[in-house]
Amino acid sequence: MTTIKSNSTTEIDLPDQDIDSFDGTNQQSKTENFISNLKYLIVGVFFGIVFVKAEIVSWFRIQEMFRLDSFHMYGVIGSAVIVGLISMQIIKRFNIKTISGETVSVPPKQFNKGQIYGGFLFGLGWAVTGACPGPLFAQIGSGFLVVIITLLSAIAGTWTYGLLRSRLPH
Amino acid sequence: MEIFELIRKPWPWYIAGPLIGFTVPILLLLGNKSFGISSSLRHICAAVIPANISFFKYDWKKEAWNLFFVAGITLGGFVATYLLTNPDSLIVAESTKASLTALGITDFSGLMPADIFSVENILSLKGLIFFVLGGFLVGFGTRYAGGCTSGHAIMGLANLQWPSLVATIFFMVGGFFSTWVLLPWLLNLVN
Repeated sequence: MTTIKSNSTTEIDLPDQDIDSFDGTNQQSKTENFISNLKYLIVGVFFGIVFVKAEIVSWFRIQEMFRLDSFHMYGVIGSAVIVGLISMQIIKRFNIKTISGETVSVPPKQFNKGQIYGGFLFGLGWAVTGACPGPLFAQIGSGFLVVIITLLSAIAGTWTYGLLRSRLPH
Repeated sequence: MEIFELIRKPWPWYIAGPLIGFTVPILLLLGNKSFGISSSLRHICAAVIPANISFFKYDWKKEAWNLFFVAGITLGGFVATYLLTNPDSLIVAESTKASLTALGITDFSGLMPADIFSVENILSLKGLIFFVLGGFLVGFGTRYAGGCTSGHAIMGLANLQWPSLVATIFFMVGGFFSTWVLLPWLLNLVN
C-alpha cells in the first residue's frame, strides 16, 4: 500500500492542473478553522527564527553563494533536502498518518517549460533582492521595512503572471 | 544563560538545514500540507485582486494555512532579530566583500546592505531596480516556475520530483547570471 501518492493525480482537484500545480498544497480533506490554522502560524514562527538566525535572509549570504565564496547556503539547502527526503521515506515506509488520521499525500510536480523560463527569471530576482519568497517575509519581520515594497512588487509579479499565463510558453 | 548566549549567535548550516528539512514532515503530519511558500503570493492575489482572472479563481480559503504560515515567518523574523539578537556584526566572506566593495557597496554590518535597502532609496532608481524590479522578478518567476526554493528545491527534491530539479537548476543559473553579469551593470547604473 502506498501512502504517498506521488504518481497519481486522482485525488487532486486543482484548476488547470496540466499547466500549474500549487506548491504548498493542502491535501487534507477536513477543512480547518481559524484556531486550527494557528498551528501553521506557530510552525512559521519557528521557521522564521531559523531563517534569521542562520542568516539565510541576508543579501550577503546569497551573494556568497552565487560567488562560490561560502559553503553555508549549499549546506543549509543540501541538508534540508536530505532530512526532508529521509523523513518522507519514513512516512511512506511506516505508513504514518496525519494527526487527523488521513493518509499523507503529496501532489506530483508536472514538468512544463515554466520551470525553465520562470526558474531563470526567479534566479535573476533572487540575486538582486537577496531573497526568495520566504525570506521576504522574515526580512520584513526583521525590521527591513523597505522590503514591503519588494513584497508588494512580488505580488504584482504573481498577478501579472496570472494575467499573461495563457500567452506565455509552457 | 549559556544556552541563550549560544542561541543568539548565528546558527551553523548543519543546525539550520536539518531544522528546515524537518518542516517537510511536520507540515505533512500536522495537516497534509506540502511545504511551499510562494503560493502565498498567489493566495493574496486570489483574495484581494482576483480581477476575474481564471488563475485566481479558486477556493483560496482552503489554502489559508499558507497565509498563517507566512504571517508566522514574519513574526519569527521579528523574534529572532529583536529578542534573540546576534551580539556580533555579520561576517561576510573576504572575497565577496572585496568584489562588492569594488561594485560600490560600503556597509557590511547588517544582514542587508544599508547602501541599498534603506527607506530613503524608495523613490530613487536604486529603489526601482532593487525593490520594484527585483521583487517583480521573484513573484513572476516563482509562479511561472510553479514554486520557489521551498516548493521546488526543498519539497520537490525531497519528494524526488525531477521537474523540481530542472527548476532548481534554472534558479541557480539565473542567480549566477544575475550576480556576475546583471548586478555589476545595475550597481554601476545607480552609483
